[in-house]
Amino acid sequence: MNRFYLLLVAVALIVGGVLWFGSRGQPAPASTAPIPIAAADGFHGFTLGSDSAKVEVTEYSDFECPFCASFATVQMPVIRQQLIATGKVRWRYRDFPLPVHQYSRYAALAAQCAGEQRKFWEMHDQLFSNHQWAQTGKNPASLFRDFARTIGLDIDKYDACVDGQRYAGRIQASVQEGEALGVRGTPSFFVGGQLFQGRATSDDFKALVDSLSKTRK
Amino acid sequence: MIRRQAIVVLALVGLLVATYLWLYKIGVLGELQCGTGSCEYVQTSPYADVFGVPVAFFGVLGYLTLFVVGLVGLQPRFVADRRVAVSLAVLATFGFVFTLYLTAIELFVLHAICRWCVGSAVIMTAIWGLTLMGLARTPSAAAPPR
Repeated sequence: MNRFYLLLVAVALIVGGVLWFGSRGQPAPASTAPIPIAAADGFHGFTLGSDSAKVEVTEYSDFECPFCASFATVQMPVIRQQLIATGKVRWRYRDFPLPVHQYSRYAALAAQCAGEQRKFWEMHDQLFSNHQWAQTGKNPASLFRDFARTIGLDIDKYDACVDGQRYAGRIQASVQEGEALGVRGTPSFFVGGQLFQGRATSDDFKALVDSLSKTRK
Repeated sequence: MIRRQAIVVLALVGLLVATYLWLYKIGVLGELQCGTGSCEYVQTSPYADVFGVPVAFFGVLGYLTLFVVGLVGLQPRFVADRRVAVSLAVLATFGFVFTLYLTAIELFVLHAICRWCVGSAVIMTAIWGLTLMGLARTPSAAAPPR
């Protein structure tokens, strides 16, 4: 029996040691890049809906994330129709590109540059509705330019903005704000400032917004 | 006895793996050693949390409970005690069903596999099988008189 307990200690030391030392020496994502927070220009995301809406929903999202694409294409049209167009909700989009995604930060940049020409939501819809780009692993720069043309952007201004990474600071600031709020995955939502932990469906949002609206009358 | 010892060893390994995933999830570890696979993709998906609690933490609790109950079951006075065998089988069945759910999410929703999660699934399945064998071979007569 004593030999068995020695075996347990050995297993704990060997397996624990392999896991612990295997994970050391690798930089944490947060420490890999300087923090250009000063470049954030106080921007707090593009919004949809009335400024007088009683409830604000903030979405932290990643253009390369399949759940975000599914949410944007399946649930969001209903939310726009039932909650945003009716003046109940103001929707705020924040970037939270995950480090595991190769082109999500680039996609966020493309959307920000479209936003510079007041077409953020049009580019948002293009990026999520034509989400095959996220599965191919190929450089999507040319495809994003096609999206830009499709939604009527001035392509020279778009190119200058993307090539100069004009809004990289904004995107990084958005990531930092999300991390500070406890965002871990995407999409994550805050409804009236509180982390939304329900299912990300239009029905659940509608139920919560209706209940919040009643308490804020 | 050997079977129960195997359960304890497997639960210990599962506990270490679940703790590793949990430490990553709460930000103590910067990056997962994944090799081939999509560990970070799975771990950063919305399915990696249940009611705001990292799934890996449930794994830590589950394996820890199995480990402790298994150790208790190795004590001479509990070796033939059917209550220990039943407890282990019930706990392992919960763990196995939860593992099936998580694996289905990986395969059919995320279309991605985290090799640590697969490792944990294999461990939990082995524990489940061993507990069922132990339950079948622990005689009811060994239960203390009521």
